[in-house]
Amino acid sequence: MTAVDERQRDEATERSRPVAAHPFVSLSRAAFKGFVRDKAAMFFTILFPLMFLVILGLLFGDGGSSQLKLGAVGQGPVLTALERSDAVELVDVASADEAEQQVKAGDLPAYVAQRGDDIRLRFAASDRTQAGTVVGLVRGVVSDANVRATGQPPQFSLDAARVEDESLRPIQFLTPGLLAWAVSMSAVFGAALTLVMWRKNQVLRRLRLAPVRPMTILGARVTVSLGIAVLQGAVFVGVAMLPVFGLRLSGSWWLAIPLLLLGTLSFFAVGMLVGAFAKSEEAATGAANLIVLPMAFLSGAFFPIDQVPQWLQTLSLAFPMRHLNEGMSAVLVRDQGIDAILLPAAILIGFTVVIGFVASRVFRWEDS
Amino acid sequence: MGPTGDAALDVDDIHMSYGDVKAVAGVSFSVRQGEFFGILGPNGAGKTTTLEIAEGLREPDAGSVRLLGTSPWPRNVAVLPRIGVQLQASAFFEKLSAREQLETFGALYGVGGDRATEMLDLVGLRDKADTRENQLSGGQRQRLSIACALVHDPDIVFLDEPTAGLDPQSRRNLWDVLAEIKGRGKTIVYTTHYLDEAEALCDRVAIMDHGQILALDTPAALVRDLDSATHVVLERDGFAVAEARALPGVDDVVEDEASLTIATRTPAPVLAALAERGALSGLQVRTATLEDVFLELTGREYRA
Ligand SMILES: Nc1ncnc2c1ncn2[C@@H]1O[C@H](COP(=O)(O)OP(=O)(O)OP(=O)(O)O)[C@@H](O)[C@H]1O
Ligand SMILES: [Mg+2]
Repeated sequence: MTAVDERQRDEATERSRPVAAHPFVSLSRAAFKGFVRDKAAMFFTILFPLMFLVILGLLFGDGGSSQLKLGAVGQGPVLTALERSDAVELVDVASADEAEQQVKAGDLPAYVAQRGDDIRLRFAASDRTQAGTVVGLVRGVVSDANVRATGQPPQFSLDAARVEDESLRPIQFLTPGLLAWAVSMSAVFGAALTLVMWRKNQVLRRLRLAPVRPMTILGARVTVSLGIAVLQGAVFVGVAMLPVFGLRLSGSWWLAIPLLLLGTLSFFAVGMLVGAFAKSEEAATGAANLIVLPMAFLSGAFFPIDQVPQWLQTLSLAFPMRHLNEGMSAVLVRDQGIDAILLPAAILIGFTVVIGFVASRVFRWEDS
Repeated sequence: MGPTGDAALDVDDIHMSYGDVKAVAGVSFSVRQGEFFGILGPNGAGKTTTLEIAEGLREPDAGSVRLLGTSPWPRNVAVLPRIGVQLQASAFFEKLSAREQLETFGALYGVGGDRATEMLDLVGLRDKADTRENQLSGGQRQRLSIACALVHDPDIVFLDEPTAGLDPQSRRNLWDVLAEIKGRGKTIVYTTHYLDEAEALCDRVAIMDHGQILALDTPAALVRDLDSATHVVLERDGFAVAEARALPGVDDVVEDEASLTIATRTPAPVLAALAERGALSGLQVRTATLEDVFLELTGREYRA
């Protein structure tokens, strides 16, 4: 290069420097625009999981708060005590016969009839759990009333209080679970599809010919995925906190943010791995689904993990989503502190490093 | 600069196979700084592969490349800002507009947004600045792709069939663009299937087939070396075939309904003799072109 050339180059860069965006910024912007303008991607990352939240949230909406119904025939101190206990909802029925019919028909799980000192409890045996609850509850109220009738102070006193705040309400486990699923979808699909697309449309080869470090390209795309995850989190929690769904966040909810970001990183690494092997968008989508869906089911994204067999629970420890889910529900709704996210965070970092390393080994700039 | 003086690109006996297919089988050439170098050849001749090895996109099985004094393989970030590449298949970021493509690629080289507007003007895409990449026509994509290759004003430009699919206007305008770049001392290496274009633009051309260079010289020298006859075409009436054959230096005479064609390797005395006889009305002289050289060298068979 001649001196004149050099001077021209300097002048050219001098002139344009004030407006030149950093490669990292410009690549992030390009990837983000590509995402926002892709209606299908927007739908599947934002609206689709939100639809699940809305549907499941409404479906199970009053599931936790719905009280046990109990037919009540006649009146007396036991029925009054039951009423006051707030544990059951009493439905007045005119006669014992009629109540018996309703229990038989399955309209009521049980009924209590009080005539004088005579308390009669009849229950449907079809649902054993419910029957047990009803019998225990009524027995407790009856013996309470008995003690009180003797006029003596009770010898043993029971102090019962709930520990987990509203833990029974489905929205409380649905929100962290579905959010983890939503984030995993957008990060895995985003990474895999971008990689396959950029390889197919030669952008990757073109970038290889530009003086930009691979870490800058990777970092820009990861940043976009992290941004999308935060957006998803905000939208999700925002919707779940609407009065219809009634999510209540615990005090240290913000601890979920670092977890969410770490989870996104590990899912992104999974996506890079998928994208390295997949030759077409279709193959990438299929492979990503094959990984994300079973992972979501086993990690308790749609229902509490303790409902699946033990060996599956053990297996689910192999998925980053299980740990993300656990950590997020601990700080988001179970009122736990920073201790609860340390282990999940460490595990998620481990996943990211290991999967990311493998993905970088099998990375290809172009097909064949 | 390297030991090769002012060579911008030095390709030395490169070989490259894809499985059983021998795409490049021993190609050597050298491109001077400021030179406009064309690579011609039928489909599958190995032009793209040769360019990609020269750019540092592929590693040759054997042989070596010096690009601007260094080796482009493995990925050499020092040399990348000085080279501009237009790949045979356009490479664009999905869903971005023409201007955004230029801004994004420009930013990778530290080039500001005003340059994007300049480039859009340069390739006549000002009206399409806000059109998404997938809504551009084939020729518009091609022009945008060229603009993306030139956005950082590189010292050496590799263009793989830049004029393929362009309308005549765009093609001529691109010629002007390329001539202007060359005028500023930049080096251009390009492939094309338009032989008239190569003849008009290139300082030197290499004609490739089956992974090898068959001929390499200035277009004029290649045509001269072909040693093919000049054809003088006359209006038919007023001149007999026998009379034409008797002229000095005539190799052959062919006639059809409208005209008489004289083939000669020494056109000057033939034309003088014709002038003497006052037979110059409607006379046309057709000399050999690069296309004749190309067909002579590569034959008329279809390529896979
Ligand atoms: N990625 C690849 N995998 C396998 N074979 C390839 C690949 N790229 C090119 N080839 C083969 O190598 C040979 C040379 O291809 P190349 O693309 O270099 O030709 P070309 O001269 O650029 O042709 P065209 O004028 O059609 O662009 C061809 O026979 C082609 O089939
Ligand atoms: Mg080609």
